[in-house]
Amino acid sequence: MDLASVIFWIFAVILVAAALLVVSLRNIVHSALALIVVFAMAAAIYILLNAEFIAIVQILIYVGAVTILVLFALMLTRLSGLQITNPSNKLWWVAVIICALVGATIIYALTTSKHLIAATSNGASQLPPGINNVVRIGQLLYSPDAYSYVLPFEIASLVLLVAIVGAIVIGREE
Amino acid sequence: MELTLYHFLVLGAVLFCIGLYGAITKRNAIAVLMGIEIMLNAVNITMVGFSFFNSVPRYSTYLTGQIFAIFIITVAAAEAAVALAMIIAIYRKRNTVDVGEINVLKF
Repeated sequence: MDLASVIFWIFAVILVAAALLVVSLRNIVHSALALIVVFAMAAAIYILLNAEFIAIVQILIYVGAVTILVLFALMLTRLSGLQITNPSNKLWWVAVIICALVGATIIYALTTSKHLIAATSNGASQLPPGINNVVRIGQLLYSPDAYSYVLPFEIASLVLLVAIVGAIVIGREE
Repeated sequence: MELTLYHFLVLGAVLFCIGLYGAITKRNAIAVLMGIEIMLNAVNITMVGFSFFNSVPRYSTYLTGQIFAIFIITVAAAEAAVALAMIIAIYRKRNTVDVGEINVLKF
């Protein structure tokens, strides 16, 4: 086992354990705190995959913003007098069966795909020397003349604007 | 044992199933949203894994998976903001966040 595998297994085990805690803890505030661990470990996996920009964005947006948003919503919708604030359905065992079937189907499809998408990998990270991940993503997102994603980027900003206005309109007091 | 693409794809699949379980069993609407966020993160791990393990010659196309992940993060942030605003609005009117009790479309 090389070092990357050891690091991967450490982060993957913590990630899956924290995700299981999110869906199984009785107190929803504890679930939200476990969600922070999930997001941080996902950022670690991104760093392992040479995606530094995604890792930084993950820390900033998910750990920094989304979790705080969730905690604010928990604070504003406080249910007093309840011991279990994060209850499950009575039919949770059906959900277990459904999720196991979905997971088994995905993994079966991965291993028996005719197109062998997963087999094309050589594990090499084609990072040319002296090339910065962040610089390349910036060029891909912004440069208007070369092969880039300028239009989807602008549309994404429009989506964010609409979401902010919508959140304010929906959430304001009458 | 060396790391392969399968490691990351299976990790993404497992995480997706855990998130799906949370999204369809939880009765608190905020917990449902947490499950959806875990599912989106699982997809992001898969995307970045594909982007790392491909063998295309040009570096710009090599980063396509990461660009997808950025857009998924954008949409996830927008979705979280709108959904939490809706949950708070429903809580003000009905005094509950239980998705089993929210059973009418118009208050």
